[in-house]
Amino acid sequence: MHVTIKINGEDVSRDVEPRRLLVHFIRETPGLTGTHWGCDTSNCGACIVHLDGQPVKSCTVLAVMADGHEVRTVEGLAVDGELDPIQTGFHEKHALHCGFCTPGMMMACRALLDEKAAEGRAPTDHEIRTAISGGICRCTGYMNIVAAVRWAAEHEAQIKQEA
Amino acid sequence: MATTAPENLPSATQERPIGFGRLKRKEDARFIRGEGKYLDDITLPGMVHGAILRSPYAHATINSIDTSEALALDGVLAVVTAKDLETLGLAWMPTISYDTQAVLAGDKVRFQGQEVAFVVATDEYIARDALPLIQVDYDPLPVVVDARKALDPDAPLIRDDKPGQVDNIATPTWEAGDEEATDRTFAEADIVVTRDVMYPRCHPAPMETCGMIADFNPETGQLDIYNGNQAPHVHRTVYAHVAGLPEHMIRIMCNDIGGGFGNKVPVYPGYVCAIAASIVAGAPVKWIEDRTENLTSTGFARDYIMHSSISAKDGRITGLKVDVIADHGAWDSTAQPTKFPAGFFHICSGSYTLDASHVKVKAVYTNKAAGGVAYRCSFRITEAVYLVERMVESLALEMEVDPIELRMRSFIAPEQFPYETTTGWTYDSGNYAETMKVAMDIAGYDELRREQAEKRERGELMGIGISFFTEGVGAGPRKHMDILGMSMNDGADLRVHPSGKAVVSLSAQTQGQGHETTFAQIVAEELGIPPEDIEVRHGDTDRSPYGLGTYGSRSTPVSGAAVSLVSRKVRDKARLIAATMLETRPEDLAWEKGRWYVKGDPEQGALIEEIAQRAYSGEPLPAGMEGGLDAQIIYDPPNLTYPYGAYIAVVDIDPETAQVTVRRFIAVDDCGVRINPMIVDGQIHGGLAEGIGIALMELISFDEEGNCLNSSFMDYLIPTALECPEFELGETVTPCPHHPIGAKGVGESPNVGSPPAIVNAVIDALRQRYDVDHIDMPCTPDRVWAAMQGRPEPPQ
Repeated sequence: MHVTIKINGEDVSRDVEPRRLLVHFIRETPGLTGTHWGCDTSNCGACIVHLDGQPVKSCTVLAVMADGHEVRTVEGLAVDGELDPIQTGFHEKHALHCGFCTPGMMMACRALLDEKAAEGRAPTDHEIRTAISGGICRCTGYMNIVAAVRWAAEHEAQIKQEA
Repeated sequence: MATTAPENLPSATQERPIGFGRLKRKEDARFIRGEGKYLDDITLPGMVHGAILRSPYAHATINSIDTSEALALDGVLAVVTAKDLETLGLAWMPTISYDTQAVLAGDKVRFQGQEVAFVVATDEYIARDALPLIQVDYDPLPVVVDARKALDPDAPLIRDDKPGQVDNIATPTWEAGDEEATDRTFAEADIVVTRDVMYPRCHPAPMETCGMIADFNPETGQLDIYNGNQAPHVHRTVYAHVAGLPEHMIRIMCNDIGGGFGNKVPVYPGYVCAIAASIVAGAPVKWIEDRTENLTSTGFARDYIMHSSISAKDGRITGLKVDVIADHGAWDSTAQPTKFPAGFFHICSGSYTLDASHVKVKAVYTNKAAGGVAYRCSFRITEAVYLVERMVESLALEMEVDPIELRMRSFIAPEQFPYETTTGWTYDSGNYAETMKVAMDIAGYDELRREQAEKRERGELMGIGISFFTEGVGAGPRKHMDILGMSMNDGADLRVHPSGKAVVSLSAQTQGQGHETTFAQIVAEELGIPPEDIEVRHGDTDRSPYGLGTYGSRSTPVSGAAVSLVSRKVRDKARLIAATMLETRPEDLAWEKGRWYVKGDPEQGALIEEIAQRAYSGEPLPAGMEGGLDAQIIYDPPNLTYPYGAYIAVVDIDPETAQVTVRRFIAVDDCGVRINPMIVDGQIHGGLAEGIGIALMELISFDEEGNCLNSSFMDYLIPTALECPEFELGETVTPCPHHPIGAKGVGESPNVGSPPAIVNAVIDALRQRYDVDHIDMPCTPDRVWAAMQGRPEPPQ
C-alpha cells in the first residue's frame, strides 16, 4: 500500500506492507532513528511519537493507519536548531543516562506540557508521573525526569510572561 | 609515579568545574536530539538480517530439523543449524566460567528459548516469517526447574554432553570461612535464628535488547563487529578463540548502548551465529533480539536458595552460617573470577565484627536459561547483602531489640580498618555508625517509629525497614582475580595535543554511566585542562587500550584510577619540560591546577598548554627526553574498594489488598570521593528504582514444564514513575586509601542495598498483627496476602 505521512513537517511517501509498524516506517524511510523500539507489547514507551498532536506508541500503530496524518518525532522537537525547553530540561536536570528511553519520554512530557499550557497551568508532580507512567526508564528512577518537566514548565511560563 | 592526594573535593554548587563537581553531561547533546547511535540505528551497505528459531521445550531430544520450506521463502538467503556450525567448528563455545554451551542446539535442547536455527534474509520481517516454516521434530524429556530437585539422585541428567558428568552439579561445592569455629560460636551463643531465604530469579532487562552486526570481509579477512557489550576487549579475545580468527583482525565497535546492567557482559549464541552467517553469506548480518528473547534466553540474575543461621551473644552479632544452592541454568556462564566460583558471595558477613562465619555454595544445572551474575551485581554481592541484612533483621526481631541498635552494637569500628573479615576480605575504610546516623537524621527515625505506633493503634500497616550494606567492587587485583585467565586490569591512554587539548582512551565501556563526562573530569582535575577540551574514547577495540570493561562497579575503581595515574604521568613529564622552559630544577617547581610554577616566585610558571606546545615544538627538551606529551598505563588495583551505605525504607500496606507502597526511601551512600555528584545521585536513583522492582514486582518464574511465565513486559513488571517515590539521598565521604583519588564506585550500591530494606519494612509492617517473620521476594499482593492469611506463599 502506498502511504504518505507528514513527518516533522515533511511528506514522506513509500509503498509498505499493511503489517509494517509506524515505528519501523519512521526509522527506515526518512531514517529518523531517534524513535526507538523496546518491547513489542506497548509497555516501554521508547517509541512514543505525536500523531496529530497526541502521544502514541508507534509500535502499536500501523504505518498505513498514519496515512495522511501528521507525525512529530524527537527530531522535530528543536525548531531551527533551537532546543525545545523539555530537551534543555532533560539536560539541566540529568534526566537521562543511557538515553534510550529519552526520546519517548520527552515526547510524552511535551504532550503533557502542551495539554496543561492550554489549561493555562503547569502540571503537578502526580500528573507528570502519571503522564510518563506509560514508559519505562531503567536508569534514572524517574525523579530527575519529573524535575526536568517542572524545569521546562517554569521556563516556558517565564518565556510567556516575558513575551 | 606521583601519588598526590586529592586537592579539591567536589563542590555541590560549582556549575562548570575544572575537575570534580556537578558538571552537566557532555554526552547529553546527542541523546536529547534523538541522535544517539545505538546498534539498530546502524545500517551498512548490503546488510542482511538474522532471526533465531528457539526451542518451545525446556528439555527435549531433537530428532530432525527440516529447513527446506523456510529456504523456499522469497528473501530467505540461508538457514544455519548446528550441523552447519559443526563443519565450521562453531557448534559449541566456551562460557566465561570455563563451561561450554551450545551455539545452536544439535541433538538436544536444554531450556525453553534455546537457540535452534539462525535464519538470514533480506529483511527482518521476512527472517521472522521464516522461523515457523522450519520443522523441528522434538521428543520432550522430563524437566527440572527447581534447583533443589536437580540434586535428586533420580533427576534427569541435563548435561549429558559433558564427559564424566553424572549428576546436575555445575561446580564443586565452594566454601569460605571456618566451619568449626562457627559451630563453636553458635554453641556459645545466647540466641540462634534460622531462616530459609530465597533470592528469586530476576532480569536486568535493559531498554535496548542485545544484538550484533557482523561484517566479515573475505578479501582482507577483517571482521568488523558492531555490538553493544560491556567488555569489548574480552569479547574480541573470546571470538578469536571460538572462531579461530586472528585477534588483530577483529574490531569491535560499541557505539551508544541502551543500558546494560550486566546483561551485556556475556557472549551470546546469537553473536556467534551473526559472525558465522556473515562469513558464510559474505555480507554484513544484523541480528537484534526481541524483548521475549531478551527475557527468556539472556543473562538473568540471582536464583539463590539460601539456608542460614545467625547468632548473638551479649547483645551483639557473633556468627553466620549459610548453605546455598545456586541455580545456574543449563550452562555455567556466571562470569566469575576463576578463583571464586560463587563470586564474592562470601562477603555475606556484612558490615559486622563477627567471631566466625562459614559459607557453602553448591551450583546446579536446571532446564532454565543460563546466567546468574548480572543486574547491577558485583559477583553475587547482591545475594550476600540481602541474606545478611534479612538475617540481622530477623535476629533483631527475635531479640526484641531495635534493628538499628543491634547493627550499631555490631558494626566494624572506624579504627578497625583495614579490617579483615571472617571470610577473608580486607575492607579498606569506613565509618559505618556515622553513615547510619545520617540516615536516621534524614528519616527522622524516632518520629517514624512514633507514627508507626499510632498507625498500628488504628489498624494501619506501616513498616520501617533498615539495610546497611558493604560492597566489594572494582575487581580486581591480578594476584586474586581473572576472567578466563585474563587479569582484571584496565588501561588508559592519554594524549595531550600541541594545543593543550587532550584525548583519553579507556577500556571501560559506558552504557549510560556518563563516562564521557566523568573521565574528562578526572583528567581535568589532574591536569587543569577544561573538561570540554578532553575527548573520552571508549568502546572501540581499535581505538582503546586492553581492559576488562564495565560491570561490577569497576569503572571508577579501576579505569578511574588508571585515568588519574596516566594524567599524573603526563604531569610528571610536564614538570621536567617546565623546568627546562623556566631554566630551573624540577624540584624547585610546584603544581597548581593547570600550571607548574617556581616555588617562591609564583609569577614564574608554565601553563599546561604552553608545556604541551613546547613538547611538540623544535625547542630544546630535557636531555634524553622524547618529544610529545602522551602516556599509557595498565592499572592493577591493589585491593577491591568497599563502598557502603545506610538505607531506610518506609512502606504502607493496604490491609485489604496487600498492596505494598514505598512511601519514602532514604539512601545514604559512602562511595568515597565523588567525581561528579550529579551523576552519582543519578546512579543511586536508578538503582533504587530497580531495587523497588526486585523487592515488589520483578520475577522470572517457570511452570513445571519449564515454560517461562514472565517473558514480556506484560508480565515481567518493572516499576514506572508511579511506583517510585522521591528518593531522599544523603552522603558521607570516607576516601578509599589505596585509590589515587579516593573514589570507591557506586553504580551497584543502590540495587544491592535497597531490596533488603524494603522487605524488612514489609515484615516490620506485618509482624505484630499477622505474626509474619519472612516473605520471599517479590512482595506482590498475592504473596503478601497469603502470608497475612498464614498460607504458604505462591511459588516463585
